[in-house]
Amino acid sequence: MDTLMHAPKTAAKNANAPLLEVSNLSTEFATYAGTLSAVDGVSLSLQPGEVFGIVGESGSGKSVTALSIMGLIKKPGRVTGGTVRFKDEANLLDKTPAEMRKIRGGQISMIFQEPMTSLNPVFRIGWQIAEVLQIHREMTRTEAWERAIHLLDRVGIASPAKRAREFPHQLSGGMRQRVMIAMAMACAPSLLFADEPTTALDVTVQAQILDLMVQLKEEDGAAVMLITHDMGVIAEMAQKVAVMYAGVVMEEATVEELFDSPLHPYTQGLLDSIPRKKSRGQSLKAIPGIVPNLLHLPTGCRFRDRCAAAHSACALADPPLQTMPNSTRKVRCWLHHPEPPK
Amino acid sequence: MRNYLLKRLAQTIPVLFGISILVFSMLHLAPGDPADLLLGPDATPEAVEDLREDMGLNRPLIVQYGAWAGRIVQGDFGRSVVLNRAVLPEVMKRFKNTLILTAGALAFAVVFGIGIGILAAKFHQTVFDSAAMLVALAGISMPTFFTGIAAILIFAMGFQVLPSSGMYPARGGDFFDLMRHLLMPAVTLGAVSAAILARITRSAMLEVIQQDFIRTARAKGVSEDKVVWIHALRNASITIVTVLGMQIGYLLGGSVITEAVFSWPGLGQMMVRAIQARDYPTVQGGVLIIAMSFVFINLAVDLIYAWLDPRIRYS
Repeated sequence: MDTLMHAPKTAAKNANAPLLEVSNLSTEFATYAGTLSAVDGVSLSLQPGEVFGIVGESGSGKSVTALSIMGLIKKPGRVTGGTVRFKDEANLLDKTPAEMRKIRGGQISMIFQEPMTSLNPVFRIGWQIAEVLQIHREMTRTEAWERAIHLLDRVGIASPAKRAREFPHQLSGGMRQRVMIAMAMACAPSLLFADEPTTALDVTVQAQILDLMVQLKEEDGAAVMLITHDMGVIAEMAQKVAVMYAGVVMEEATVEELFDSPLHPYTQGLLDSIPRKKSRGQSLKAIPGIVPNLLHLPTGCRFRDRCAAAHSACALADPPLQTMPNSTRKVRCWLHHPEPPK
Repeated sequence: MRNYLLKRLAQTIPVLFGISILVFSMLHLAPGDPADLLLGPDATPEAVEDLREDMGLNRPLIVQYGAWAGRIVQGDFGRSVVLNRAVLPEVMKRFKNTLILTAGALAFAVVFGIGIGILAAKFHQTVFDSAAMLVALAGISMPTFFTGIAAILIFAMGFQVLPSSGMYPARGGDFFDLMRHLLMPAVTLGAVSAAILARITRSAMLEVIQQDFIRTARAKGVSEDKVVWIHALRNASITIVTVLGMQIGYLLGGSVITEAVFSWPGLGQMMVRAIQARDYPTVQGGVLIIAMSFVFINLAVDLIYAWLDPRIRYS
C-alpha cells in the first residue's frame, strides 16, 4: 500500500533517469604473463525497457562487461574501478556478495550462450526454475513448482507439467534456451543480460528465440543488454549499440545511425563483413589481422594495426571516446576528433 | 529406473556363473591330487582311490561341477578339512567381522576424505588446501602395515589409550568395547582410501565449479554454500561414487594386512591360514563370498550412480 502511494512520485522524479548507468568500468585478469585489462574504462547507460546491443569480436570484453556488472567475475579476474548505478541502488560494485545475490536473478538476470551446458544436468528443469522463485519470491516448494510450470508454458514449451519433470539432456538446444529464458524472466527482472543467446542454436530456432525474448520483454517491460557478434541480431533487436574492441567502446550510436553511417573504421569493417545479396560471387570481406593480445596492445589507438585509415596521429596517442557535435553518438577515432595530435 | 535395475540384476547372473567356474577350477588347477593332499604322503594307493571315489573325483568334470554348484546354491559349501566343520557358517562368522572392519574404515574414509576434499576445493589455493593435500599425499604414500604398527606403538604402547588387538577384551564386551577396538584398525585401513577420496573429491569439485551451470546458479542468486553443497557436489558425486566403489573393493581385499597387524578375527586371517593348510573347501567358500560381495557392491554402486545421474537412468 505504502509503495503504491509513493510510486507516482518516484516515477516522476526518475522519468528520464537511466535504469543502468555504468561509468568507467575496468576489469583486469591476473595471468602468469602479466595483468591484462579485459574491460578498460567502459561507460554505458540503459533506459528502462530499452534493448541495448554490445557487438564485437571474441575477446573484445563484451561478456566480461556483463559479468562485471552482475558481480560474477571470478579470480583471477577483478573489477578494478568504476561505478555501476542501477535504479536507486548505490554503486553495485560496492555491494557485499549477499546484497548482490538479492539483486542477481531477481532484478537483474542473465541468459548465456551455451544452453547445452548452462543448465545443471542432474536436476529437473522445473526444480531449476523453481529455485529462483524460492530464493527471490520466498515461495514454498509447491507454489514455486506450480509457477515454474506456468513459466514453461509461457516460453512456449508444450506439455509443461510433464517437461518440468525432465532433465536437461532430454530437451533440444532450443528448448533448453527457452528454459534458460523462463528461469531468467521468472522474477520479472527490470534488466536482462543476454550473452550470445542464439549463437549456439540452429538458424531456424534463432529467430524463434529472439521473437520470444522480444515478446517477454514487452510484456514485463524489461530492458535488455544484448551481447552478440552478429550484426543481424543487433539490427533486428536493438535500439542502441555499442561497438567494443579490445576492452573499450569504439563507437556508440542508435541502430539506424550505426547501420546508415558507421563512423569508426572498425564498425565499417564489421558491417562490410556481413554477406549481402549484391556481393554474391565475390569473396567475403574481412578485417585483416586478429584482435590484439591484451597484454601487448599497440601504442596509440589499439585498432591501428588493422585499420585501413590509420595515419600518423593514431600511433601518437589513444583517442578518447568523444561525443559528436549536435548528436548523442560517440566515437573513439582521431578521424572524427577536432584536434588530433600532431 | 525399474528397467535399469532389472537389466543390471540380469547382468550379474553370467558374472556369478563365471566366478563359480573359477572357484570350482581352483581345486583342480592346484598342483597335486586333492585326495593325495588330504591323506598325506603315507597313504596307501587303495585309500587314495577310495577317497577319490568318495569325493566324486573320478566322474567327468562337468558332472562334478554340476553337483558342486548344486550344493553351493543350497548353501552347502562343504566341510573344512582342518576344522572338520561346515564351511559356510565359519566363513560367514569371519566375514561379519571383516564387514565390521571394512564398514568402520569406509565410514572414516567417507566422512574425512570427502569432507576434506570439499573444503579443500572451497578454500582452493589457501593454507588449508595445501595442508590437506600434503596430509593426503602422506596418507597415500604410507603402507597399511606401517601406519598400523605406528598407531599401535603410539596409542596402545605409548599413551595406552586404545587396545592393540582383537575385537573384544578377553572377558567379552559390549558395543562400546567393540568401538574402542575398532577405532585404530578402521582408521589404519581407511587412511589410504580417505586420502584418495580427498584428492578425487577436491579435483572433481574444482572441475565442476568451472562449469557453465555453476555460473548460471550464481547468476540466479543462489548462495555460495548452496552452490558448493548442492549444485556442485551433486555433480561431483558421480565421480566420487565411482572411486568410492573401487575403494570398497580395495578395503575388503586390503583388510588382510590390517587384520594381521591388529589380530582382527576376520575373513582375511582365516583365508591365509586356510591357504597354508590347503584347506580347499574353506578357501573356495571364502573366495566365493568375497567375489559375490564384490559383485553386489558393484551393483549397488551402479544403482547409486543411476540415481545420481539422470543421463544414465534414462538411457
